Order: sequence, then structure tokens, then C-alpha cells
Amino acid sequence: MNTKIVIASLLCGTVALGACKPKAPDILPPDPVETSEPDTGNYQQPQGAVLGSQEHFVNAVNGQNVIYFDTDRYNIDSADAAALQTQAQYLQRYSNISITIEGHCDERGTREYNLALGERRANAAKNYLTSLGVDASRIRTVSYGKEYPIATASNEAAWAQNRRAVSVVIN
Amino acid sequence: MKNVVAVLAFFVATPLAAQDLGAPLPADSAVESVMQDEGEDEGLTFTVSDEGAWDDLGIAIAGFASDRDVPTPANSSGTAALGKEIGRVVFADLKNNGLFKPSGPDSLPQPSFAQITAPAWPTWSSRGAEMLVHGYVQARSDGRLTVGCYLYDVTLQDELARAGWVVQPRDWRRAAHKCADLVYSRLTGENPFFDSRIAYIAETGPKENRTKRLAIMDSDGANHRFITTGRSTALTPRYSPDYSKLLYLSYVDGNPRIYVYDIGTGRQTLITENRNPTFAPRWSPDGKWILYSMAVAGDTDIYRVSSQGGPSVRLTNTPGIDIGGSYSPDGSKIVFESDRSGNQQCYVMNSDGSNQKRISFGGTRCATPEWSPRGDQIAFTNASSFNVSVMSPSGGNVRTLTNGWQDEAPTWAPNGRIIQFFRTERGSGGTSLWQVDLTGRNERKLPTPVDASDPAWGPILP
Repeated sequence: MNTKIVIASLLCGTVALGACKPKAPDILPPDPVETSEPDTGNYQQPQGAVLGSQEHFVNAVNGQNVIYFDTDRYNIDSADAAALQTQAQYLQRYSNISITIEGHCDERGTREYNLALGERRANAAKNYLTSLGVDASRIRTVSYGKEYPIATASNEAAWAQNRRAVSVVIN
Repeated sequence: MKNVVAVLAFFVATPLAAQDLGAPLPADSAVESVMQDEGEDEGLTFTVSDEGAWDDLGIAIAGFASDRDVPTPANSSGTAALGKEIGRVVFADLKNNGLFKPSGPDSLPQPSFAQITAPAWPTWSSRGAEMLVHGYVQARSDGRLTVGCYLYDVTLQDELARAGWVVQPRDWRRAAHKCADLVYSRLTGENPFFDSRIAYIAETGPKENRTKRLAIMDSDGANHRFITTGRSTALTPRYSPDYSKLLYLSYVDGNPRIYVYDIGTGRQTLITENRNPTFAPRWSPDGKWILYSMAVAGDTDIYRVSSQGGPSVRLTNTPGIDIGGSYSPDGSKIVFESDRSGNQQCYVMNSDGSNQKRISFGGTRCATPEWSPRGDQIAFTNASSFNVSVMSPSGGNVRTLTNGWQDEAPTWAPNGRIIQFFRTERGSGGTSLWQVDLTGRNERKLPTPVDASDPAWGPILP
């Protein structure tokens, strides 16, 4: 995890609030946070943000509301697992909160395949959360394929940020 | 009281989630063929041995003549000016096709009405024209227009083909396209394709937040119309074979789902009443069936449903992504895309889903296969290099036709001689529609008002 990813996460959160009409963020992202520690160490009591808001969720999971995938892949790797465990803790603590998981792909794929691949990624994240005890009825999935990149350059670094599943609180 | 109930029932029956549609389209009117009143067909005087041989064929396309210059809704300056415009459309069609090097009405003398059936041969032979296109336009008492089209061999001083059509004034361009089709078909021996339409996705806005609208246009880009307003993302349209409906994907309810948009009524309905996302809609060649792909718990398979509605039949049943699908022209087979081998490859199955066989090999990824209307080739996206390629229906004779940074989503011209696709620019994400012929030599960008993707070429208009 690095600065870029944390920034990307916060952008995603803002994007998600606008559903399929992403907007520029209203606030600048905070300083990067060291998130390399595995397992359960990342859950923090959120400060300031209102419960039920995306900001509250993103703060609580230290920006780990986004997980990333390798090219053409949808498997949950160890970094993804750690992030999803943090999300699961939040969802278990706040049992009234439901989320949408948005699946995204990079631009180097055909449009229709990427729609299906994004759906597969979102479901992989959903399945992991349900395996941790989160009720499946609290998790909606939607694929945006390659239609909403978070990083707009055409290079490997940008594509790595765009192959993602973003968890978004449903208001 | 009964009336009130009926009205209420109508509103209830109005399909949900139609909020993103713009103004309805005017209904299409028929184009009637008429017999031209003199001359006899002398039969074929040429044989076409090689497409390249036509490159320097001098075809002169004069302005169409009018017996008298009268007002017409088709042109604010009257039928004489309309005749010139018709000549220009025929000229542009034949020029843009790339097979010919025609000269058009703006660089040629204007024939009189009487000369349409009796060309001034010395005028044309002195200009080096080998072929001559003449035509006329007449306003009829019923408000419609009659357009006649004649193809002459200047060297032989002989007529090669003629045809006439009666059209509504707003359909005058269709008569011009039919004339270009007549010339193209007579000279090349190929089936016509100009009198057809294209559905596509019009794109505007920044790369990370593109507005994507369903739009339609004639094969030359004219008569452009937006179907959706752009409030929700629209993708991957497909014209029904009779042009009465459009299948496309819309996020209008927040989820990617396939809708059938009825052009005549302006209403749209979900392809299947199901909570799962649906993608990649396709028509069967006879319009009786619709293929779509549906993801259930992340696993995407291909389904078939009657275009009249009813239950869906699942055609593929492997873990992973099976998507798309394109019927062979006789409707007996379907070529589709699957990542069951580990990456995107193309497969052929019978139309009932049986006998699924991989046809693409050679280390590159095969995506968005589209069967040619002629049946002899399958166009696809090479999803490793992102170029448009063709292969035989058994997967042999692979040829790459394009060389953009990212070219994808081929769609065939009605006659199977030209492929349209969309090209994405590196970095900016800008998109545009392109055409390439089967030699790969004649490539050109289509004019669109804004960026454009997901072209879907319909058949020859009915």
C-alpha cells in the first residue's frame, strides 16, 4: 500500500456517493497512512464523520475500502484479504450498514468482457465478506467494467489502480 | 369508467425506467421501387477480377437533373438544388468506399433533364470518364419524390443499369444511397450496403466520467439522432434486422441491464425480468431470437430468449465468463467468447448450445467475434494486441486488418466487405469510429459529432 492507493481510495469513496456520476472530491485526502500491518490491526474508531456516511466508513477502515486485482484476475490476495477483514469488522460492528461493491477494470480489455470481469471481481469481494460472517443481503454488487477509471493515464501504474473493487456505504 | 380503467392500465403497463430516453423518432416510411420507362438491360459487359483494378476507374457522377425546378421540403432551394445534392451524396458514398476515384457534381457539367437518358457522350469521353452516373429528381403530385438513377459505360456508349425510387422528401438521401448501391453492385458484383444505418455510443466528457449516449445515423453519418439523454450510461447497441428495435445496455436503474427499445413506440422493456446484470445483446439474423449474457454470482453465461418474450434458455454452462455471441447467417451456429481456458478465446457452438468447440489458437486473446453476413469470415478483436482481425469460421487464415493503439468491437457492413470498429486513443481515452475493408488497405475514420464507440451496423434497409 502506498500514498497513491490511499488517495485512490478516498477518490473512490467520493465517486461512489455520486453513484454513476463521479465528481471531483470536495476535500483533499489526508496524509498517507502506513497500512502494511496485516490482519486486524487497522480498524480505528472513526473521528468526526457521521455514522452511515462513506467518510465514516473510509476513515474507520483506513482507506481500505478498495481492493486491487492483477490483470484479468479476480482472486483475493493477502492484501485484499486484510482489507476485507477490516471492512468485515466495520460491518459487524455497525449491523445497520449495507454496502455496494463496485467492480472495475483497466482500459486494456474489451468493453463487454470487462463488464463481466468487474462483476466477477465485485462478487469475489462479496463472497469473502460473507465468508467472514457478513450477511449477503447487506452487500450489493455492480460492475462498471472499464467505464470509470480512477487513474486516467495509459500505463501500468494507472491500470493497477483501476483494477479494483470499491466498497461504498448505501445511504 | 371503462375508459379510465383502460388509461390507468396503459400507464401501469408503461415500462419502468424509461426516463433516459429523448424525443421519439419519426417512423420510417417505405421506399418504393419504380420501373424506369425505357431502354433494355444489355447484360453484363464487365467481369470483376480484382478489387484493385477499380482504383483508377474514372466514374463521373453528375448532378441529378430536374424536369422543372419546384419547391420541395427536401431542399430549401427547390428540386434543381436537391438534384445536385443527390449527386453529391452518390459521389461521397463511392469516393469514401475507397474502391473508386470518382469525380462529382461540383467539378462536372450539369446535364439537362433530356440528357439523363441520352448522355452527351463527347462531353464525358473528353473528360476521361469511363463510367457515367446520371439521374433525375421529380416532385410528384402526392408530395413524394421520384428519383431515377442510370449507370452508363462511356467507352461503349451503353447503359449498364438503371433504377428508380419513390421516397418521402425527408428520405431523399436514401434514394441517393440506393443509386450508389446500384453503381457499386453493378461494377463490383458485390451486394449493396450504402442504404443502411449504424447505431453507436456517442461519448463526451472527461475520461474518468464519460457521458455515453445511444445514437443512430445513416451509413454515411447523416441523419444523426441521439436516442438517450445521457443521464445514465448506455453501451453496446444492436439494431434489429428490420430496424424496428434497438437492443442496448443501460444503467438507468443503477445496474447494467439490457433493454429492448421499440423505435416506433419509443418504449423500452427489460430483456429479462431478473435481478442479475445482463450484458452483450445480439439478434439472430431472422430477428426471432435474442442472445444475452447474464452474470449470476459473478459467473457469466450466454442465454437465448424469443424476441417476443418468454422464458430464457441457458446456452453455456461453464465456470467463468461466456459472453457475446454472433449467429452464422443461416442461424444454425453461434460464435462466442469464453475465458474457460484461462483467457479470452473464441468458440463455436450449435444454436441450441450443443457441440461447443474452441476455434481460436495461436497465443493471442480472441474477443467480440462477429460472423460475416456472407458467412465466410469471422471478425474479432485480438485482445492481446487490440487490433481487429478476421479468420475463417474454423479459426484458420487469421489476418490482422488494423493497427491502432486500441481497436475493438468489429461490426460488418451488410454485404460483408467492410468492417467497422472503434479506436481508443492512448492517454486521452478519445474514441472514434473507423472502417476498414478486407484488404486492410482502405481504412477511414467516420465523421461523428462527438467521440464514438460500439458501432453496430444494421442490414440493408427494408
